[in-house]
Amino acid sequence: MRYVKFRVTKKMPEEMDKWPELYTNTSTQNVMSEQQNIESRLWDYIDGVSNAEEKSAIEKLIESNLEWQRTYRELLETHQLMTSSELDAPSMRFTKNVMEEIAKYHVAPATSSYINKKIIWGVAAFFIIMIVGFLVYSFGQLNWANSNSSNIVSPNLDKLNWGKFLNNSYTNIFIMINVVLGLMLLDMYLTRKKKLLKKDF
Amino acid sequence: MHGELTDTEIISRVLRGEQQLFAALVERYQNYVFTLVLRFTDNREDAEELSQDIFVKAYRSLADFRGESKFSTWLYTIVRTSCITFLRKKKLETTSIDNEKTFVQLENRESGFKANQVEIKSRQAMVNQAIALLSPDDAQIITLFYKGEQMLEEIGAIIGAEPNTVKVKLHRARQRLKDKMEKYFSHEVREIQGD
Repeated sequence: MRYVKFRVTKKMPEEMDKWPELYTNTSTQNVMSEQQNIESRLWDYIDGVSNAEEKSAIEKLIESNLEWQRTYRELLETHQLMTSSELDAPSMRFTKNVMEEIAKYHVAPATSSYINKKIIWGVAAFFIIMIVGFLVYSFGQLNWANSNSSNIVSPNLDKLNWGKFLNNSYTNIFIMINVVLGLMLLDMYLTRKKKLLKKDF
Repeated sequence: MHGELTDTEIISRVLRGEQQLFAALVERYQNYVFTLVLRFTDNREDAEELSQDIFVKAYRSLADFRGESKFSTWLYTIVRTSCITFLRKKKLETTSIDNEKTFVQLENRESGFKANQVEIKSRQAMVNQAIALLSPDDAQIITLFYKGEQMLEEIGAIIGAEPNTVKVKLHRARQRLKDKMEKYFSHEVREIQGD
């Protein structure tokens, strides 16, 4: 690229003799990123998304700096070319074809009408409660007093009595919550159906 | 005929059963949709068929349009997902310019394009040819910004990215377009500059 030619001319340190590629790449990258920065700021200016302060700063730079002036002209030409481009048009029968095709269909009911958010929230709540429950139980089994600095978390997995946990009152609570949620959803479904039937008659 | 009606008015009337009014939306947006699809398919027949499917899909899902965004933004989201599905069906990877297959595809486009270079007669044709040489992602983002009347935030909603990411992608796409024009149309660009 043309802006690679702008090289840093000041004296390089001794290491440059050992690793010339490293130094060349770094300074080239700097020049490139500077150029990219100029272009990025100029595109914002051309697109009209710069703020007032930035806009006046760029206008001053375009007036005073030849590099900015040249890049601005280049980008403006590209911008004008793109705005002048025309849209492609499909065949003359296109609208007719679409209308013939949609005549076979009806507008589908809105997704929100048949996806009940409460069900999604209910499922999410169930899993969150499950995870939190397991975490609380697992942390409760850890022996914090005996853990040393090299092995802070040393859970004795043999101590975890999963069978006991799954058979105790926690499981019953989870099942009860789910039964209640299920009954609530069933009730909501039946109520809605009843309302729809009333509307039809 | 229905030029004075806004998109929202047309949609609410279509939803109330005036199906024929949907033709006004098709007429209003067919060129935008067709141009965007053409950026992906590179073939007018496929583009026309896919554009037709997009409008049918839009009609069927019209009840899902909540009016939170512009109708065009919502429609272009359908365009994008439909085009990606189309390309997947054709076993083409479209997600990134870095993809090897995309490069092969682009190389083929470029070699095919060279033969048609003599046919470039206007500034518009040149820009369209140059855009056709870009990856579908780059071509789409440029078309959405310059022709689809979409803001950076709206393009972000269409492609599922943050406005800042869109800005960076747009800058890169424009840079690549500039490079293509310098590479293949330097003569034409000089002529335009001399106008």
